[in-house]
Amino acid sequence: MVPLLVALLFLCLGAEAVDRSNFKTCEQSSFCKRQRELKPGQSPYRALLDTLELSDSRITLQLINDNNKVRLLLELYRLHGNMTRVKINELKPLKPRYEVPDVLITDPPTEPMTLVAQDENGLVLSLGVDEQRVIVSARPFRLDIVEGPTVLLSLNSRGLLTFEHLRLRKDTKHDADAEDGGGSENAEQAEDEDEQAVKEEEDKPGMWEETFKTHSDSKPNGPSSISLDFSFPGVDHVYGIPEHADTLKLRNTDGGDPYRLYNLDVFQYELHNLMALYGAVPVIISHNTERTMGIFWLNAAETWVDISSSTAGKTVFGKMMDFVQGSSEVPQTDVRWISESGIIDVFVLLGPTPNDVFAQYASLTGTQAFPSLSTLGYHQCRWNYNDKEDVKTVDEGFDKHDIPCDFIWLDIEHTDGKRYFTWDPHKFAQPKEMLQGLMDKKRKMVAIVDPHIKVDSGYNINNEIRSKSFYVKTKDGADYEGWCWPGNSGYPDFTNPEMRAWWASKFAYDQYEGSMENLFIWNDMNEPSVFNGPEVTMHKDALHGSWEHRDVHNIYGLYVQKATSEGLIQRSGGVERPFVLTRAFFAGSQRYGAVWTGDNAAEWGHLKISIPMCLSLGLVGISFCGADVGGFFKHPSTELLVRWYQAGAYQPFFRAHAHLDTPRREPWLFGPDNTALIREAVRQRYALLPFWYQLFYNAYRTGQPVMRALWVEYPKEPATFVIEDEYLLGKDLLVHPVTDEGAKGVTAYLPGKGEIWYDVHTFQKHKGAQNLYIPVTMSSIPVFQRGGSIISRKNRVRRSSTCMENDPYTLYVALSPQGTAEGEIYIDDFHTFNFEKEKQFIHRHLHFSDNTLSSNNLAPDSNFSTAAWIEKVIIMGATQPTSISLIAADGTKSAVEFEFDSAASVLTLRKPGVNAGADWTVLLQ
Amino acid sequence: MQSSPHSSVPTSSVKALPVICFLYLSFHVCTERQFYEENKPFTCLDGSRTIPFDRVNDDYCDCRDGSDEPGTAACPNGSFHCTNAGFRPTFIPSSRINDGICDCCDTTDEYNSGAKCENTCKELGQKEHEVLQKMAEITKEGFLLKQQLIQEAKNRQQEKQSKLTELQNNKKELEEKVEALRTVKETAEQPEKEAKELHLKAWEEQKAIIRAEKDKAKMAEAFLELDDDADGFVAVAELQTHAELDTDADGTVSETEAQGLLGGVDHVDTASFEKVWDNIKDKYVSEPVEPAPVDTPPEESNKLADNDSEQYPSDDDVQEEEEEDEEEDDYPEEDFDKVRKLNITMYVSYSQSYIVLCRYIYKLCPFNRVSQKPKYGGSETNLGTWGTWAGPEDNKYLLMKYEHGTGCWQGPNRSTTVKLTCGKETTVMSTSEPSRCEYLMEFTTPAVCQEPEAVISSLHGHDEF
Repeated sequence: MVPLLVALLFLCLGAEAVDRSNFKTCEQSSFCKRQRELKPGQSPYRALLDTLELSDSRITLQLINDNNKVRLLLELYRLHGNMTRVKINELKPLKPRYEVPDVLITDPPTEPMTLVAQDENGLVLSLGVDEQRVIVSARPFRLDIVEGPTVLLSLNSRGLLTFEHLRLRKDTKHDADAEDGGGSENAEQAEDEDEQAVKEEEDKPGMWEETFKTHSDSKPNGPSSISLDFSFPGVDHVYGIPEHADTLKLRNTDGGDPYRLYNLDVFQYELHNLMALYGAVPVIISHNTERTMGIFWLNAAETWVDISSSTAGKTVFGKMMDFVQGSSEVPQTDVRWISESGIIDVFVLLGPTPNDVFAQYASLTGTQAFPSLSTLGYHQCRWNYNDKEDVKTVDEGFDKHDIPCDFIWLDIEHTDGKRYFTWDPHKFAQPKEMLQGLMDKKRKMVAIVDPHIKVDSGYNINNEIRSKSFYVKTKDGADYEGWCWPGNSGYPDFTNPEMRAWWASKFAYDQYEGSMENLFIWNDMNEPSVFNGPEVTMHKDALHGSWEHRDVHNIYGLYVQKATSEGLIQRSGGVERPFVLTRAFFAGSQRYGAVWTGDNAAEWGHLKISIPMCLSLGLVGISFCGADVGGFFKHPSTELLVRWYQAGAYQPFFRAHAHLDTPRREPWLFGPDNTALIREAVRQRYALLPFWYQLFYNAYRTGQPVMRALWVEYPKEPATFVIEDEYLLGKDLLVHPVTDEGAKGVTAYLPGKGEIWYDVHTFQKHKGAQNLYIPVTMSSIPVFQRGGSIISRKNRVRRSSTCMENDPYTLYVALSPQGTAEGEIYIDDFHTFNFEKEKQFIHRHLHFSDNTLSSNNLAPDSNFSTAAWIEKVIIMGATQPTSISLIAADGTKSAVEFEFDSAASVLTLRKPGVNAGADWTVLLQ
Repeated sequence: MQSSPHSSVPTSSVKALPVICFLYLSFHVCTERQFYEENKPFTCLDGSRTIPFDRVNDDYCDCRDGSDEPGTAACPNGSFHCTNAGFRPTFIPSSRINDGICDCCDTTDEYNSGAKCENTCKELGQKEHEVLQKMAEITKEGFLLKQQLIQEAKNRQQEKQSKLTELQNNKKELEEKVEALRTVKETAEQPEKEAKELHLKAWEEQKAIIRAEKDKAKMAEAFLELDDDADGFVAVAELQTHAELDTDADGTVSETEAQGLLGGVDHVDTASFEKVWDNIKDKYVSEPVEPAPVDTPPEESNKLADNDSEQYPSDDDVQEEEEEDEEEDDYPEEDFDKVRKLNITMYVSYSQSYIVLCRYIYKLCPFNRVSQKPKYGGSETNLGTWGTWAGPEDNKYLLMKYEHGTGCWQGPNRSTTVKLTCGKETTVMSTSEPSRCEYLMEFTTPAVCQEPEAVISSLHGHDEF
C-alpha cells in the first residue's frame, strides 16, 4: 500500500505548505481583474422609471447601461420577516443565466409594497414597517434602504454595478446574424438606442478563453460576470463569508486581494490570508451598536468580495484632523461582490438584532439539522484505522482508559481500492461483525464516501452511473474524468435530482453491503477535488446538463451532502436522523449535517484559528462545526494535543483526526497524566451533553448559532466586537480555551455591565464588563456560567452518550444579581424524527425567582415520557434557607435536604428525585 | 433480574443489589458487606462524613470517594465488584452499572437497565481454562524445544571450546616440556625435590577443602532428593527407595536397615543428616551430573575426575539442572548472557522467517533486519535493521526493535517492532502498520518460552474459582 499511496500523494500533494501558485489571485482570474479595474464613480446604469410595474408581491423596473444600451430587469421584493430581495438579470439574455436552485427552502413569502412617491428622479416605496422605505434613484441608478432619516444600506452608491451581458463571439457574430434573421436579442432590445455604442465595446483578454498554469478554460459563453456594491453607513464591523482561515471581523481588502469564495481543496492551508478554502457561504453580516444586518448574495459561481472601510482608509493626516477637530464623519463599510456568472440575487436582511438576522436567514435557507445526541459526543478518527482488529483495539482502549467515545471513523483505506460503498476484503472482511461489536458497546461508526468514482468496468457503481449517464460531462460531451484517490475517476452530477435520488438509494442496507444502522457517512473531497484539474478542482467548462461547472461550482458540495443525507434518512424509512459530515459547503448546507474546517495542522495557530472559523460559520447558519482535534497534518506536542482536546470539548463537532503519516495519537498514548487530562476534558463534554443538545434544538428551531461570537449576545458592547479567542455557547456559557504554548494564564473578557459570571469549576463569582486574568495549569479549561441562567448536566459520565440516556440531571442554577435565573431542558428519544413528526419530546422552562425554582412545560401539545429525573440542584449565589420543600405536580409537598456552603454561597439540594418531564416547584424558606 | 442473597439492603430507586463489595484504593480485597453494617450509620471510607445507612446505595452520591454507592452508578469515581462465580472476579467502573451493556459475566452489573444479559461465567471460565491449558502445552513443548536448541548451541560451542582447549593444552604441554628441560638443565637436583614436596602438600590441603565442599553439596542434594515429600526430613520410607543402600545385601532396604542408617530414628532433619550421609555416601546413587570443573594441577586431574564419575554417572535430567545453575550463577551479567543465549537459539533455529500479506512479503531476519517486498516483483524495502531489545522492564526480551529503515515520504524512517511470543514453531504470525511506516510484527519462537511451571501455576490459580 505504501508505494501506491506515495505515488498518488505525490501527484496532488507535493509540497510542504500551501503552494500559493496553485491558486489564482484576482489578477489571474480574468473576470475579477476586469471588474476590479472598474473604480468607484458614476454608474452607467439608469433606471427607466416608465417601465415600472407594481404588483402585490413585487415591483419590476428596467435598467439601462448607457454605455452599451443593454437593458437589465430589476425585481424588488418585500419579503416576510423584514427582508428585501433585489434581483437583477438581463432583460433578454442571449440564453438563460443560472439562478441557483435548491438553496431557498421555499419561495420566500412576500409582503405588499406601496408606492409612496414618484417623480422623474426616482421613486419611494414603503416597506410597511418602522418607516422603512426603499428609494430608487433613476440617474444614476441606485437603491437606498432607509429607516426614518437614517440610511441603512445603499446599493450601487459607488457605481460598481456591472453586468457582463451574454454576447456572441465577434468572429462568429456575422455568421450568426446571417443564419438567424432575428439576430441577437440584445441587439434587438437596443435597436432604438445607439447601435454604434454597443459595437464599440472591446473584447478584453480572458473574455473568451483563459489559461491558468497548464489548464485552459474554453469559455464558450464568453464573459458573464456580475458585480454590485453595497454601503453600510455607520458600520465598521462586518463578519461572515466563510470559509477563510482568518479573523472573525472581516478585513479591509484595499491594496490586497479580495476575499475569495471558490470551494477548493487547499493542501496545507495557510492562516491569515483570504484565499478560498473548502466551502463558501456568500453571506455578510454588518453590525454596530444600533443595528445588525445581513446581505445574502445567492450565487454559486466563483465569487470575490472586496471590503473597504472609509475610516480605515483614512490618511494619517485625516485621522489627526479628526483628533483635533472631533470627527464629524460616520464610519462606513463598503462591500463589493463580484461573481463570474449567474444573476444578481440579493437578500437584504434588515435585522435589526443579531437574532433577527439569524431568523431571517434561516427563513430563507433553513436551520441546522437537529443532530442525534450521539453525534454531539466524541469522535475518534484517523487516516486510517487499519483493519477490523485495529478498530476493536481502539474501541477497547476507550473502555480500558475509561474515556467516553461515541464514534470511530474509517477513512479511505477501508475501501476496496478506493471504491466507495465497498470494503477492503482483507482488512475489513466482515464489516457487519465490526459494526455489531461497536453496537454492543452502544457505539457507532462513520465511513467515508467521496464523490469521485473509480473508473473501473468491474465496479458496479461506476457502471451504473455511466449507463445512466449521470457523470459530469466535458465540454465535448464525454464523461469528465480526473485524478483523485482511486486514480482515474468520474464525478457524478449531483446537481441532477435523478442522480441524487439514485445516489441516495445506494445507502439502503441491501445496496450498501456491510452497512448497518450504526454506520454513518463522511463526504470528503466534494469541492470537488480533482488532483489534476485547474486549482485542484473541476474544469469550469465541464457540463452539468446544460449548465457549466462555472455556474454551479460552489453548490456541488452541498448537493453531495444533501443526497447522502437523504440516503441515510431513506434507508431507515424516514425514521432515523442522518449524520453526514462534509468538507465542502454552501448556503443551506446546515440542513444536511456537520462541517469541519478541513485539513488543518498540528500547530498552535491552527488551534487558535478554529475559534473564529467556527464562529464565522455559526453566524451564517452552520452551527455543527469543528476542527480536527490535534491537527490533521504534522505531529502535535503532547501539550498541544491536550489543549486541543480541552478546546475541542467545547466546540460543536468534537472529532480527533490525524494524517496517515503521523504517529498514532489515541488519547491514552501519552502517559497516565495526559490520559487523565484528556479524559477529564472529554468527560466535561459528556456531562454537558444535555446543554449541547438543547442548544442544537434551539439552533434547529431558530437558526441561532450554538457557538456564538460575544457581540451576538452583547451587541451594544463594542469591546466584544473583535473578540475571537473566546465565545459563548448559547448565551449562558462563556468559554476561553487555553491556546498558547506554555500558558500560565489567560485574560478573558467577561461581558455585560451589571452581570455576574460564575467559574464553573469553583463557583467563584466575577463581575461582568471586565478583563479577568485567570491563572491556568494544564488541567484548566476556563469556562464561566452567566448569572441568571440554569444549565442542566448529566454528571454520570458513561462510555457513550447512548448509555447516559436515562441518567438523572443535575441543575446548575446561577443566580443573577437580582436573584433570578432561567433555563431550558429538552428531552426526546435522541435519535429519530419523532420529535418533529409525532411531537414526541419534552421541552421545559426552568425558572428561579423569589426563592422559588419551578419547571414549566413549554410545549403542552408535545408528548414524551422519560425515565430521567433530577438528582441534584446546585444554586450559585444563594443565601442559606431554613428549609426547602418540593411541591410535585399532584400538589404533594415534601422536604428536600440540602447543604449550604457559606464560603462559596452555594446551595446544594439533595435528590429532589422528581421526573425530568414533570411539573414541579421547589420553595426555599 | 437476578435474585440475590444480598438484596436486603434498603434501597429507594435501586431495587436489588446483588453484591455489596467495594474497592477501596487499589487493594483487591472484596470485602462483602464488611464496611456496610446494616442499620448503622455509614462513614465514608475516606472518613469525610457519616451518613444514615439508608443512604448507602440509594442512587445518590454522598461520599466524595464514592464509597456510599458501591452498587449504583451515582458516584463518578466508584467501582463495582462482579463476583463472576465460575470465572474471575473483577471490578468495573461504577459508570458501567445499568448502562445497558453486560460487563460482568454474572450479569450483576445490569440489574435495572432492561439489558438482557446471560450468565457466561462458566463458559468463560472453561474457555479460559482451555486457553491456559493450551498455552501451558505450547509452553511445555516450546520450553523443551528451547532446551534442545540451547543444548545444540552449547554442544557446538563446547565442541569448539574443547578443540580450543585441546590445542591450548598441546601448546601448553609443549611449552612445559621445553620449560622442564630447561629447568632440568638449569637447576640442581636438591632444590627440585624440596620444592615438589611442598607443592604436593599444599595441593593435598586444597583438595581436601574442595572435596569437603563438594561432599557437603552432594549431601544437600541427596537430602533434597531423598526428602521425597519435601517436608524437611528424610524419613525411613524415603530411604527405602534407594536399594543401593542395602546393608544386608538382600537387594532391598528394610525398615530396620533404614532406621539403622538414620541412626535409629524414623526421620532426620538436615543437621542430623550429616551423620547419616557419612554412612551412605559411598553407596548412595543419585541421578548423576557431569563433574564440576575444578582447577587442579595437571597431575591430579585424572584422579579427581575418576572419583567423581564413580558417584555421578552422566544423565540428562541433571544436565538440565546444571543449566539452570549456569544461568543463575555462572552468568552474573545476566542481561548480556541471556541475550547471547537467545541469539544463539534463534540463529540455530532458523535463519529467517517471512509472511505474505496482501501484496507484500514481509521478511524477518532476526538480529539483522526486517524487509518488505512486493509479491509480484519490485524492489525490497528495508523496514529497519536490528536495534535493541525494547520490552518492558521486567522482560525486555519480549520486544525487538528494528530501526533506521528506508525513509518514508513525508514521514520518519521505517521501523519495526517485533513482538515475541512463545510457540512451538519459529514463525512470523502477522505484520501490521499501526502507524505510518511503523510496523508491528508478531513472531513466535520457542526461544522465549518460559519454564512451564510458571504457566501451570497461573492455571491452577484460576482453577480455584
